[in-house]
Amino acid sequence: MGLFPVPESSEPEIMEPQYQATTKSRELPMARSMCWHCQSEVTGEYLCGQCVKVQPLSKDLDYFSCFQLPRLLNIDEQQLEQTFYELSRTFHPDFYSTKDESEKAISLGNSAFLNTGYRILKDPIQRAEYLIRLEAGAVKDIRSNPPADLFEEVLELQEDLETFRQLAPNGTSSELEALRTKLQDEREGLEKRQAEMEKSLQHKFREWDQLQGDPPDLSQTREKKNTLLRGMQEILSNRTYVRNMVDDLLETTG
Amino acid sequence: MGRIVGIDLGTTNSLVAFMDQEGPHVIPGPDGQTKVPSIVGLTDNGLIVGEPAKAHLIRDPSRTIYSVKRFMGKGLDDVKDELKYFSYQLHEKNGVIRIEIGDKTYSPPQVSAMILKELKRRAEEFLKEDVSKAVITVPAYFNDSQRQATKDAGLIAGLEVLRIINEPTAASLAYGLQKKTQGLIAIYDLGGGTFDISILKLKDGIFEVLATNGDTHLGGDDFDQRLVDVMVDGILKTQGLDIGKSPDLMQTVRLEAERVKVRLSDETHTKAVIELPDGKYEKTWTREDMEALTMDLVERTLAPCRSALKDAGLHANQIDEVVLVGGNTRMPLVWRKVEELFDKKPHSELNPDEVVALGAAVQADILGGHTTDLLLLDVTPLSLGIETMGGVMSALIRRNTTIPTSAKEMFTTYVDGQTSVDIHILQGERELVKDNRSLARFQLKLPPLPAGVPRVEVNFLIDANGILHVTARDIRTGEAQSVQVKPSHGLTDDEVEGMIRDSFQFATEDIKARQIIEARNEANAIIVATEKALVRATNLINDKETESIRRILQQLGEVKEGEDHRVIRAKIAEAEKTTHHLAEVLMDATLKEALESKKLSDIIK
Ligand SMILES: Nc1ncnc2c1ncn2[C@@H]1O[C@H](COP(=O)(O)OP(=O)(O)O)[C@@H](O)[C@H]1O
Ligand SMILES: [Mg+2]
Repeated sequence: MGLFPVPESSEPEIMEPQYQATTKSRELPMARSMCWHCQSEVTGEYLCGQCVKVQPLSKDLDYFSCFQLPRLLNIDEQQLEQTFYELSRTFHPDFYSTKDESEKAISLGNSAFLNTGYRILKDPIQRAEYLIRLEAGAVKDIRSNPPADLFEEVLELQEDLETFRQLAPNGTSSELEALRTKLQDEREGLEKRQAEMEKSLQHKFREWDQLQGDPPDLSQTREKKNTLLRGMQEILSNRTYVRNMVDDLLETTG
Repeated sequence: MGRIVGIDLGTTNSLVAFMDQEGPHVIPGPDGQTKVPSIVGLTDNGLIVGEPAKAHLIRDPSRTIYSVKRFMGKGLDDVKDELKYFSYQLHEKNGVIRIEIGDKTYSPPQVSAMILKELKRRAEEFLKEDVSKAVITVPAYFNDSQRQATKDAGLIAGLEVLRIINEPTAASLAYGLQKKTQGLIAIYDLGGGTFDISILKLKDGIFEVLATNGDTHLGGDDFDQRLVDVMVDGILKTQGLDIGKSPDLMQTVRLEAERVKVRLSDETHTKAVIELPDGKYEKTWTREDMEALTMDLVERTLAPCRSALKDAGLHANQIDEVVLVGGNTRMPLVWRKVEELFDKKPHSELNPDEVVALGAAVQADILGGHTTDLLLLDVTPLSLGIETMGGVMSALIRRNTTIPTSAKEMFTTYVDGQTSVDIHILQGERELVKDNRSLARFQLKLPPLPAGVPRVEVNFLIDANGILHVTARDIRTGEAQSVQVKPSHGLTDDEVEGMIRDSFQFATEDIKARQIIEARNEANAIIVATEKALVRATNLINDKETESIRRILQQLGEVKEGEDHRVIRAKIAEAEKTTHHLAEVLMDATLKEALESKKLSDIIK
């Protein structure tokens, strides 16, 4: 286990891409900043046009912009992968091994950011959760607790599971087998629920994507978006409960 | 920038490779062998490494260290079940295992450093230049402490370790480069002490690891042990001799067990012969016997394969190619089981012993800035987290996350005026803290403020070596905080410093041991060559000359067993003078033969 001494000088930090206060995402044509090394102007390029040093990604950059993707929930996965590979070729520490410490640090930070972004965007569920977080600033009362009925169900199942775990080490018994059958039935039911949730999520994802064509400033559009975000969040967090439960059941009863 | 070499620091065998315009090459030793047994022996004249140390193993088992890789980054508690298989003494200091041989004590990184130095020397002799930078491979399933220990070993050996790279991914680099493969591949690596499985996607020069899994305590050694147990039992029953009490005999049995296993890869039955103080023990082994004895070990490799496939989101039959790496994959049983699982004939066109070192050399070339079209995107094998309330681990970075990667966690206080928080970093997949690996602990200093007001953000970064770094920052002031991390099973920086200094000192002592070995090898070579020459030259030199040559050979044979290399060298020089005429005569004869045969063939044409 290594420890990076936290730099006290003005050296770029290891952990996070440093950025100039004026930098905005690359989508903004007016975004301007200075090269950390030669102070010449860079406009969202990864490498400085003057001294060719790698530039730290902006702290404000979101993963969609980083991968040059619109904020949609159905994305072109081929393109995502291709962009990921291209950017990896630009930022990966392997290509900075002979460079100075500052460049190494920037490459490390940029790569870490890129890898996290790719992991999140690649997975439809994580992608949706991330998008909701991005948009959440505008949305009030996004709920993340399960509804009462689901909560009850989960509690009951937990109790049965506990009993099963206590019985299991004593070898098979009719009681254990009955419980196993019951739990397996429950699991199948939950799996079906999960599939349904995913289907309705798919539906909402499409709705969201269609809304992106509407004029964004219209309060009507905004309202529709907020309702959708709330709806998606609800299904997502319920789905997490159901999925964890299914995993638990699978692990315990096989 | 000097040349960077690639090193496969194996449990059983180690190799060093480099890359030039033609591609990667493994560097052979003076004897033409590319493998250096990962064995270190302490003689009265200093340390010996590799093949000579292997011979030392039977002569002086308590002063010979093998399989040291099993102890890298470990505490004594981690290996207590295996202790009985080792002929040397172990104890623990500051959470790190120490190995006692003779009156000396070494940490595992120091012993590994001895092997690394041997490889470095080999490379320098071959390349005729200084070598000070290296890429070193580790099993993909190595945890943070084990990786850090490997890096320390490099430092102690005087090598700047530019990258720690995973063995199966290294293998994939060499394989992909050679075969121009695209698609999904699985690398199955079963060496002497560890097992790894990695699933990769190869596309346009990008080698993306999708998932990796393994067992750092499963390898060829375990297969050998099964045969050892049977034979030790047999010796007890037939000769009434308890080998358990005799370390040198145990080593003899162990080496014979390995030879039996190796032979049964090509033959269907073979005989084990073990010389005992009074009498011989013999046992006929069939391949079937051995397969029955070790079936469960091969099966134990399949669960990690399934987990890796699951994490990669793939079915076994979606894999395009399966590549076998590591000496123990030569076992036909391993072939069959792997083929069964993936429903595909595995590949092994590349030498399974060399492919990891070759890949390390490719990675070295990438880091050197020469190869620019290949890029390896590797993952962290184990989840990383911190201890939370109730002894539960909360994961911050999940296993199989592409590295480098980072995660943040905010810390605050529960009590007014509280000035520090203890943070315990863990690695592993289990729910409870006690079932996971403790990597380190550190204390975070906080300003004395009302509860909940301080905010310190701790950043965990896993670099491209798979090694964790921790930094912290006070969010309110924006100031960086220094964190003193205490590794649970690692050497401190000061200790490593001290060992680097020691290693310079040992170096002079060890030169003596090396000089003797080299002189001995040379004497042996001369004896063998001259005896052959004498046979060929029976009619070319007179009896008197033959007589004097025989005499000098006999003297050389006696002298070479001594412990002074200068005496051996002097005798070698004398022998060379005595055989000078013989060499000339033979050369003439060979030349004449060559000319005559040429004529002969001319006529035939
Ligand atoms: N022909 C063979 N058949 C079966 N096992 C073999 C054969 N050759 C070598 N091995 C085994 O392979 C192991 C060493 O493999 P290697 O890849 O060199 O290990 P490591 O990477 O751990 O150094 C040893 O256990 C050795 O007995
Ligand atoms: Mg190996």
